[in-house]
Amino acid sequence: MGTVVANDLDVVAMDDNPLKIGPFELNSRLIVGSGRYENATMMRQALDLSGSDCITVAIRRERLHDAYGDNLLDHIDSDQTILLPNTAGCYSANDAVRVAHLGREILRALGNPGADWVKLECLGDSRTLLPDPISTLEATKQLVADGFYVLCYTTDDPVTARRLKQAGAAAVMPAGSPIGSGQGILNPNNIRIILEYLKNEDPEYPVIVDAGIGTASDVAQAMELGADGVLLNTAIAHARQPLVMATAMRHATLAGRQAFLAGRIPKRLYAAASSPLEGVIATHPFPRNETK
Amino acid sequence: MAILIVQVNEQAVETTLGITILDLLQQIDITARHIAVEVNLNIVPFEDHGDTILHDGDQLEVVTLVGGG
Repeated sequence: MGTVVANDLDVVAMDDNPLKIGPFELNSRLIVGSGRYENATMMRQALDLSGSDCITVAIRRERLHDAYGDNLLDHIDSDQTILLPNTAGCYSANDAVRVAHLGREILRALGNPGADWVKLECLGDSRTLLPDPISTLEATKQLVADGFYVLCYTTDDPVTARRLKQAGAAAVMPAGSPIGSGQGILNPNNIRIILEYLKNEDPEYPVIVDAGIGTASDVAQAMELGADGVLLNTAIAHARQPLVMATAMRHATLAGRQAFLAGRIPKRLYAAASSPLEGVIATHPFPRNETK
Repeated sequence: MAILIVQVNEQAVETTLGITILDLLQQIDITARHIAVEVNLNIVPFEDHGDTILHDGDQLEVVTLVGGG
């Protein structure tokens, strides 16, 4: 591709495709969760400001004595949004598969296209909320066999990520750091290796950084590394100003993606002067030793 | 009237013989929107709630969507 040239003072941006996951196409590369908001109005406004067209939801028992209370869907326009049901809180493959099918039934009744996919979460430890790689793999196989497009929450281990892709996952979603920890991307090298392994000969294969995002620069970093998208929840919901943070996250996603497409300069050990050396008026205290 | 007892989300609910899922949901004030129903671990599609008759000891799960990440 040639260098992008501005004909005018228009905003210059690289052409980008929608984020494709299985048959789904998302215009925003930011996927946001709907949990942990102070109230429903705050949630709805934050989700709008994030620019996301895909929102994750959880499946829980109906409260028997409060059935006329608020339902989440009173506050989300499910005609304009693709819902992504998760299996959060499941600690076995069997439970995760069961919850995925329940989510599918709710979304099918709603007529929401999200009935065909699931964010698979199979936990292995309640303190770190780290996923159990073995039950995650088992559940992936089962759900793929049941016709789901499976988006797998996993650690940043490249070998597990590759196994999940081989098992038929529609997307692999490595965690930057533990869920809700806000530690950002602790091992960018592992994310880089996952991107390299999973996209080798399959550049469109979606890899989404899920979990651990703390602030806008974490999102930008994930996108600059070449992730196809970012999934986050707490970083917006628990920010001091969730609406402002939602806006910042939208910009960070776009900025990081555009920086990735624009192509960053390589890092180098020595300086490279931005101003020409020729014609400079200066005496030099040391013999010149510039790197070329 | 003959009585039967079913479990809904692990709570015992007393109801009448021949009741359907749809009627039971009304009885316990769950409006049938945005929910999924499982009877003895099998999902009953919402289209069948009006035709599915419950039996004594049936274990129901009624779930809905909540906020989550």
